[in-house]
Amino acid sequence: MRLPVFILILLALSFSNAKAEQLEVCNSCEYKNIKTAIESAAAGDTVVIKKGTYREFNLQITKPLTIIGEDHPVIDGEDRGEIITIESDNVTIDGLKIINVGTSYTTDYAAVRVVKSENFLIQNLQLEKLFFGIYLEKAKKGKVINNTILGDAVEEYSSGNGIQLWYCKDIEVTGNKIQKVRDGIYLEFSDDILIEDNLSKDNLRYGLHFMFSNNDSYENNIFENNGAGVAVMFSKFITMKGNIFRKNWGPASFGLLLKEINDSEISNNNFEENTVGINIEGSNRINYNNNDFRNNGWAVKVRGACYSNIFTKNNFFNNSFDISYNSKLNDNSFDRNYWSSYTGYDLNKDGLGDVPYRPVKLFSYIVNRTPETIILLRSLFIDIIDFSEKVSPVFTPDNLMDQNPLLKPVSHDIN
Amino acid sequence: MISIENLHKKFGKNEVLKGIDLNIEQGGIFAVLGPNGSGKTTLIKSILGMVVPNSGSIKINGKSVKNDWKYRNNIDYLPQIANFPGNLTVRELIRMIKDLRSYKKADDLRLIELFKLDPFLDKKLSNLSGGTKQKVNLVLTFMFDSSLIILDEPTTGLDPISHIRLKELITSEKQKGKTILITSHIMSFVEEIADEIVFLLEGKIYFKGGIPALKTKTEQPDFEHAIASILTTSYV
Amino acid sequence: MFKILKYSFYDLMRSRWSYVYFLFYLLLGLVLLFLNNDLSKAVITLMNVIIILVPLIGTIFGVMYYYNSKEFTELLLAQPVKRSSIFLGQYFGVSLSLAMSLVIGLGMPFIFYGIFNSDAIGNFALLLITGAFLTMIFTALAFVIALVNDNKIKGFGYAILLWLFLAVIYDGIFLMSLVFFEDYPLDRFSLAATMLNPIDLSRVLILLKMDISALLGYTGAVFQKFFGTNQGIILSSLMLVLWVSIPLYLIRRISTRKDF
Repeated sequence: MRLPVFILILLALSFSNAKAEQLEVCNSCEYKNIKTAIESAAAGDTVVIKKGTYREFNLQITKPLTIIGEDHPVIDGEDRGEIITIESDNVTIDGLKIINVGTSYTTDYAAVRVVKSENFLIQNLQLEKLFFGIYLEKAKKGKVINNTILGDAVEEYSSGNGIQLWYCKDIEVTGNKIQKVRDGIYLEFSDDILIEDNLSKDNLRYGLHFMFSNNDSYENNIFENNGAGVAVMFSKFITMKGNIFRKNWGPASFGLLLKEINDSEISNNNFEENTVGINIEGSNRINYNNNDFRNNGWAVKVRGACYSNIFTKNNFFNNSFDISYNSKLNDNSFDRNYWSSYTGYDLNKDGLGDVPYRPVKLFSYIVNRTPETIILLRSLFIDIIDFSEKVSPVFTPDNLMDQNPLLKPVSHDIN
Repeated sequence: MISIENLHKKFGKNEVLKGIDLNIEQGGIFAVLGPNGSGKTTLIKSILGMVVPNSGSIKINGKSVKNDWKYRNNIDYLPQIANFPGNLTVRELIRMIKDLRSYKKADDLRLIELFKLDPFLDKKLSNLSGGTKQKVNLVLTFMFDSSLIILDEPTTGLDPISHIRLKELITSEKQKGKTILITSHIMSFVEEIADEIVFLLEGKIYFKGGIPALKTKTEQPDFEHAIASILTTSYV
Repeated sequence: MFKILKYSFYDLMRSRWSYVYFLFYLLLGLVLLFLNNDLSKAVITLMNVIIILVPLIGTIFGVMYYYNSKEFTELLLAQPVKRSSIFLGQYFGVSLSLAMSLVIGLGMPFIFYGIFNSDAIGNFALLLITGAFLTMIFTALAFVIALVNDNKIKGFGYAILLWLFLAVIYDGIFLMSLVFFEDYPLDRFSLAATMLNPIDLSRVLILLKMDISALLGYTGAVFQKFFGTNQGIILSSLMLVLWVSIPLYLIRRISTRKDF
């Protein structure tokens, strides 16, 4: 039974080998530039680009091809426009270094663009001095893996995004490293996308930007020191797991900004040293569990119209403010979280504090109203008024409390 | 030695010194006397620079004492109330005062012997009796060889033997040609040792001169009565 | 001056109070660490202690020492020593011994706990330095108050009042004026108001290390500049130095004019 299968595979391989040709590009090769190689190649061929610098742009791939760079050959676009455009299914691009993508205020030039294609693989690219990096347009079933994108963005209007997905479906974006562009990864109208193990840092605007995209999940990514953190907006059924949100500082900066997000899952993430850990606006039915909030200015900031969210088994360590509300109403539940500023006791030794914890302080309400008062943070006077508000809530939601605060942090280091 | 001109001092509304003019020559024992509140201590403290006068000048050996502190190297002062930092021992205190006047050679061993302070040397000052403290105070004052010695109530709390020792000490210092300024309430003591009396009354010098002259002025046969007669006339 | 400093320091090192103070901090450090088992949390609790308790203790100790050593001072005044040296010497004796009790008392348990191997070391060092500064400032203020008031009870009263004012009441007034004038741009005002109170100043200095994330949440350009760059730390440190030097100048000035 096994032998025939093996033979069949062997046959298939030799058959395809015989059919697919390998074209080489280098100074002394038959093909001196990439464009002619691509034009001469037949569908299913492989173009191997040897080490060297190729000053080319506007390379259009309209048939299934595999383009492989050896030792990262450089394609220098000399700022003249788009470099590679893929308009065919089954294209692989691997191991190139692409620099100097043209900047334009009218056309979004990209280093690599995929248009209305399926089954593509874009991997091991190094993109520098770019406008847009990898731009997927109405593409499906593709993979973007292990690329390094290093931009030099200074102004938002004259810079593009690292990896952009527009009307895409079933795409995997894994192991990429994106720095100093406008938005690290940008999704619009894209569903069933998996974003995993990426590092997105020092970007001008968002590390990850999500709009009108449903059923997506992003896991184990690191978002660090981005202008405004990560924004997830107008989307449903999103899974956010095991990500690290770090050092997003500034008046309009968040670890994670949720706007009009419903029915989603946020778990096992780490929010560290952000001005705001999570900023929530108009988001409903989200489960927050097993997240760590450490040394943030505000761990969670709730602004209006958020219903039926559940916070459980999260750790809140040394945040300046744990939770802040801008209204007196509360329809969210907080249960069995660990709060480092909890001062209650546990007489029956069941690991749960016997006194409920109120995570919203009066001072956070005052700071919402008069932001300058932040300078009085941790003053004795503030402690005194916070205490009196705790005893009899007047300004803060009186039903907002964790009835079962944990005395020890939840350990959930293993994702 | 000391020349004071037109010295005025007010504490709030209370005018304590109302124009003192005083010359004290080198050598001899001068007793500054007067009723309570007549300004004796204020005068002495002015000389020492502890009280800052409102007007007038004080010169010691021709030099003004204002804004100066080095001249105190030539003064030995015995304060009225002997209170010392309680956590120091007697030995440390003596060493400290010697240290503060680093240029002076000190005669502390002889004085310790004289007042029999040996057993107390390693005790903390807060554990000493009033009399013993006063003896320590005396040692601190007399151990330096300054040309001007100021003693504010030196006999307070002393036992008779120490009292005698003190008198001997003062006399021997006088014989070295030093100037000694004393305030005291014990008239017999003053009569016994003082060469001249400076009598203060209501912030002014009422009398300055020898004891015989005082007796003549007040027409009283003995010193104590002479003083008393000044007081009764002034109180009337 | 250094001779006086030396003797005041010796005197205090033997006084029971220095040990009480030292033991208090030692105990506090131990309790904080071994009850909490969390270094960052301990550092935060410590901040509250440093900002409130250290000024109080500095104030009380300063006033107490001044009045208790009055006779000693008089003894010194008759010695060939400059007046300002006497008081500055005593002041430095007290403030240094207090600062040492604080630094050693708190430092020992934390070193024992392994602060050197932790990334909280920066915060902790900052806390101790600020604590030492606050000790210097409030002891100096206490000396000024004591120099002005010969009446012991009055002096104590004013000193405690000063502490209460700077530690609590000031912030209350500060907060109310911020809320009341919230329609005006206030960031310059709030920075100035912070600089004028050494307790607030120290608090902000520590906040700059510990709560920078929250501080950067505010939009004012002046705040941004102050909090976001080293300017804040430099300016605050300079102000702390100024807060020590002004009372010291007053001590000098008042002491040379005072009668004893």
